[in-house]
Amino acid sequence: MTTPLVLTVNGQAVSVEVHPRTLLVELLRDTLRLTGTHIGCDTGQCGACTVQLDGRAVKSCTVLALQAQASEVTTIEGIATAGGELHPMQAAFKEYHALQCGFCTPGMVISALDLLKHNANPSEADVRQGLDGNLCRCTGYHNIVKAVLAAAAAMRP
Amino acid sequence: MYAFDYVRPQTLKEAAAALRKSDQARFLAGGQSLVQALRLRLARPPLLIDLRAIDELNGIRVANNVVSIGAMTRHADVAAAKEVQRAIPALARVAAGIGDRQVRNQGTLGGSLANADPAADYPAAVLGLGATIVTSKREIPADKFFLGLFETALKPGEIIVRVDFPQPLRAGYAKFRHPASRFALVGVFVCDTTSGVRVAVTGAGPCAFRVKRMEKVLAKAFTPQAIEKIVLPAEGLNSDIHAAADYRAHLVTVMAQRAVTAAAKL
Ligand SMILES: Cc1cc2nc3c(=O)[nH]c(=O)nc-3n(C[C@H](O)[C@H](O)[C@H](O)COP(=O)(O)OP(=O)(O)OC[C@H]3O[C@@H](n4cnc5c(N)ncnc54)[C@H](O)[C@@H]3O)c2cc1C
Ligand code: FES
Ligand code: FES
Repeated sequence: MTTPLVLTVNGQAVSVEVHPRTLLVELLRDTLRLTGTHIGCDTGQCGACTVQLDGRAVKSCTVLALQAQASEVTTIEGIATAGGELHPMQAAFKEYHALQCGFCTPGMVISALDLLKHNANPSEADVRQGLDGNLCRCTGYHNIVKAVLAAAAAMRP
Repeated sequence: MYAFDYVRPQTLKEAAAALRKSDQARFLAGGQSLVQALRLRLARPPLLIDLRAIDELNGIRVANNVVSIGAMTRHADVAAAKEVQRAIPALARVAAGIGDRQVRNQGTLGGSLANADPAADYPAAVLGLGATIVTSKREIPADKFFLGLFETALKPGEIIVRVDFPQPLRAGYAKFRHPASRFALVGVFVCDTTSGVRVAVTGAGPCAFRVKRMEKVLAKAFTPQAIEKIVLPAEGLNSDIHAAADYRAHLVTVMAQRAVTAAAKL
């Protein structure tokens, strides 16, 4: 049996019928074709599937689609401006070579934005600790940390 | 994941009505433990009752030296709440140290307690502070709540509504964090009150437990040195690929000392 689900994704109203066991990440990737949100571990460990749910970073492989009922979801596709201009966080990831294969990047960007929301002026240690819900198998993290610190500076009013 | 039905009641009454339709139903809070359990087919409920929309389960209040936290309050909100930081800073710190930011943004106090993972952080704080778990049916003192491995005093269909934490004189928590899972290999919560000291341990046994020997000594001298020589017998403590029982016994003493130091600083 399916259940009606109404929510907002990247500013657009979405109205679908889902099976209750549908995961949020499956709704985003398979139904809405927003494949920027990745599935790494599929067990809640790696953070590749991180999206914003009502403004908070969550792992969409560990949230049911129905838990987003009447909520606002923002995926990596909704981070840049409509005109395609990169968000300062994305621009910093590019500038500082904070990615190699790019698999972890969408989740890293969403988590880094969550971190800055609570701490606009983080230390290097704050960034390293604050991103511990996101794993990267390529970069060794150094450039990710540099990018987040640079984005923090760029985003401070 | 097996198929299940899903409802989102607005009130405790509606939740009770949903329960009457299916005695095998499970509650859904943040889903940070349950969704993975469903996916691994460790749980197979025919119906999930999502508690998110029930107002009675939300909110933080402080009155008469008691901090009341609704069961559906997320870890991140407890960590960030000014009133918790002011009244029981150690409790805010426990919440801030759970998992990672995504888990804290979604996981809840009630879910953590009902789940009663042997390595979860909140059980140590709830037991250490001598809190009261208020459910849809009754009030359960922390000392009677944790019964065993993933086992609590909750009866089928009983909903945790809120937890009442009495404000201590001072309290501290120290956790040896498993670097991959972030759960406590061992965590110790120490709490000093007008009626005595409480020491509660998580991660070392099947469920959170108190160490009365340390409590007695700390009541006389609230210093890390006072409990230096008190080491639990390894027998009966958890032993797994992460740590052997004797190492956990050692960690209980070290974490308890650090918790006393942290409490003394506040
Ligand atoms: C990657 C990762 C790391 C984590 N690290 C830590 C950590 O370091 N420390 C730690 O303590 N925890 C950790 N957790 C667990 C996390 O804190 C969970 O959020 C918590 O254990 C369960 O809370 P929930 O709200 O997600 O509950 P759910 O998963 O929704 O529910 C858990 C159980 O509780 C029941 N339940 C939920 N709410 C109620 C209620 N109000 N009344 C009665 N029953 C209820 C449900 O039916 C279910 O059986 C981690 C989890 C993940 C995925
Ligand atoms: S895919 Fe969700 S945490 Fe790894
Ligand atoms: S860039 Fe490849 S996983 Fe991070």
